[in-house]
Amino acid sequence: MLPYLINGVSVGGQYALIAIGYTLVYGILRLINFAHGDVFMVAGLLMVYSTASMPMYLALPLVLIATVILGFCIERAAYKPLRTAPRMSVMISAIGVSYLIQNLAFYLTGGVPQPVVNPIPWISENVMVFGESTKRVTLVTPVLTIVLVAGLVYLINHTKIGLAMRAAAKDFETAQLMGIKINSVISFTFVIGSFLAAVGAMLYFTNYPSVAITSGGMPGLKAFVAAVFGGIGSIPGAVVGAFVIGLCEEVIKGVGLTTFSDAFTFALLIVVLCVKPTGLFGEKVTDKV
Amino acid sequence: MKKLFALLLTLAMVLSLAACGGNSGNSGSNGGGDSTPAASGDSGKVVKIGVFEPQTGDNGSGGKKEILGMQYANSVQPTVDIGGETYQVQLEIVDNRTTPENGPSAAAEVVNRNVSVVLGSYGSGVSIAGGKVFQEAGVPAIGVTCTNPQVTSDYDCYFRICFLDPFQGTVLANYAKEMGIDTAYTLAMLGSDYDQGLVHYFKEAFEGLGGKVVSEDFPEGSANFVSYINNAKSAGAGVIFAPVSVNYAQLIVEAAAAQGFEGSLLGSDTWDDNMVLESAQGKSVKINITTFYQEGGNAEFDNGIKEWINSNADAKTNNGGNDTISAVSVMGYDAYFTALEALKAAGSTEPKAVLEALPGVTYTGVSGLIEFDDIGDAKRDAAYIKAANTSTGAWDFVKVQGVG
Repeated sequence: MLPYLINGVSVGGQYALIAIGYTLVYGILRLINFAHGDVFMVAGLLMVYSTASMPMYLALPLVLIATVILGFCIERAAYKPLRTAPRMSVMISAIGVSYLIQNLAFYLTGGVPQPVVNPIPWISENVMVFGESTKRVTLVTPVLTIVLVAGLVYLINHTKIGLAMRAAAKDFETAQLMGIKINSVISFTFVIGSFLAAVGAMLYFTNYPSVAITSGGMPGLKAFVAAVFGGIGSIPGAVVGAFVIGLCEEVIKGVGLTTFSDAFTFALLIVVLCVKPTGLFGEKVTDKV
Repeated sequence: MKKLFALLLTLAMVLSLAACGGNSGNSGSNGGGDSTPAASGDSGKVVKIGVFEPQTGDNGSGGKKEILGMQYANSVQPTVDIGGETYQVQLEIVDNRTTPENGPSAAAEVVNRNVSVVLGSYGSGVSIAGGKVFQEAGVPAIGVTCTNPQVTSDYDCYFRICFLDPFQGTVLANYAKEMGIDTAYTLAMLGSDYDQGLVHYFKEAFEGLGGKVVSEDFPEGSANFVSYINNAKSAGAGVIFAPVSVNYAQLIVEAAAAQGFEGSLLGSDTWDDNMVLESAQGKSVKINITTFYQEGGNAEFDNGIKEWINSNADAKTNNGGNDTISAVSVMGYDAYFTALEALKAAGSTEPKAVLEALPGVTYTGVSGLIEFDDIGDAKRDAAYIKAANTSTGAWDFVKVQGVG
């Protein structure tokens, strides 16, 4: 059982890093950013190309910066012009961005999965844990996830920009009236989300070193389920949800029901939406009018 | 400001459309483009051979290598004499995007280009899906490396030059048994005709030899094979048989190395790809595969295609950036010449005449003698077994294995 649990926690950590991106954006904009999984995939592709052409200490920061810029640009180009439009329009715009990114990647890669030729050293090496062999990244992922989330929670609860984010999440219009520059707050949210997705991509594509244009799809969907399961809008919820889903998936494979490992995740989504639509940690929204 | 933005977006879209159009036109005329200089001498008659292959999707890398073989063959022999006249051969390449859903539309596109005969596809599922369209149009098709029996048994117009899955599965089962293995673990993708077919025949043969088989499936798009490897270990399997697409093969190799799987990975013809070698290089994994051809089998051909790949940047990219010869390229080469033989025998470029001539065609190719049985399958009785050499990153020849 142990190797399944270790792997499950690691998978959970990867989902958590993506799920935070969904949940942060939803918390402030009430928008499900469907392009997020594809940002994750682009980060993977960037990693493939940059690690192949330059030393590691340049390549990795470059991946982070480029992904953050991509997230920022997506928000500015596709979501900001629609700030006053109905929410459905923004959502459709998000779906459009998702397909645009996939097709651009398709054009650049020729649709062929790109293998990670130069994996990040140290974390891609094999280690023995309690007599079981695994990659070091499996152990690093959950730890790094927890550290990053702790940092993020501190940022949101104890800094000025965090205060602005909380205010914007609570009441969009009033926050604007109180002098919060709503556009920079939203951009900052996308920056954080993309940054975490880039970190997630580095860990994910160290463990499964082949980036296809659809690579963002499944992890993105599952991270979204994790965010809904934990209560969309809640950061601790997204993290807990991600670890639960990661663990359940691997344990299900471990007991021999491999065929149903994906089906389980989506069945869980339906059950959560039926039984507790606000998720584990979600706040109950009362309409004031 | 808004208007300017909208204008910019429109421009970007128009430009990207133009770029896409330019690209597809380019790839479509690749084969013909290479051979145009030779065309100047004759009457300018053209015979079209359709190439129905995946260039994108899970099988994109394999399909591209198969096309390489045909393009090389086209550069070696760009003309054919049909009924006393010399025709220029033009390859009409259409991307079937790997999946069966795209098969019929891609097949229809090939047919619409007025081809005399079709080559392809890499991947059985998409071939079965396309076969119906070829059947209705009465265009003969020559399967290059689609090994599922249904490809030819379902359609009279489909012929094939490679061995079949019942044969390949049995060969692999025999080989596993010879390695002294009692328990085998099989891994296949849900919904893949090719994967499921091979696993079925492997299981039948291996259990017939007194072995035990544990079978599991994974959903399309999986990236995490760690738990599957752990399942294989806890089942006490000596081999993992995974007849999957190249990109899953890469991930399985990676996961097996990370989990320290001590047995051997058994692969089918799809694994004969230098991307698998690249994944395996420097890792402690054992990989054995069955395939159609082993580099070194025909020195003249090997040198020729290597020289061609090295002199052509596009070809080298499509071959994965080096000049390792894939068995599928060899099969593509042989398929092209088999098609030329059929055209000669037919004495006409009419698809109907070619279809009638095909059953009687024999051709001795690089991969061996090709002749068809009643169903339209090539009579093949031996497969090459190769092992991945993880230090040099090349395939080592192990043996020629039959079913007997």
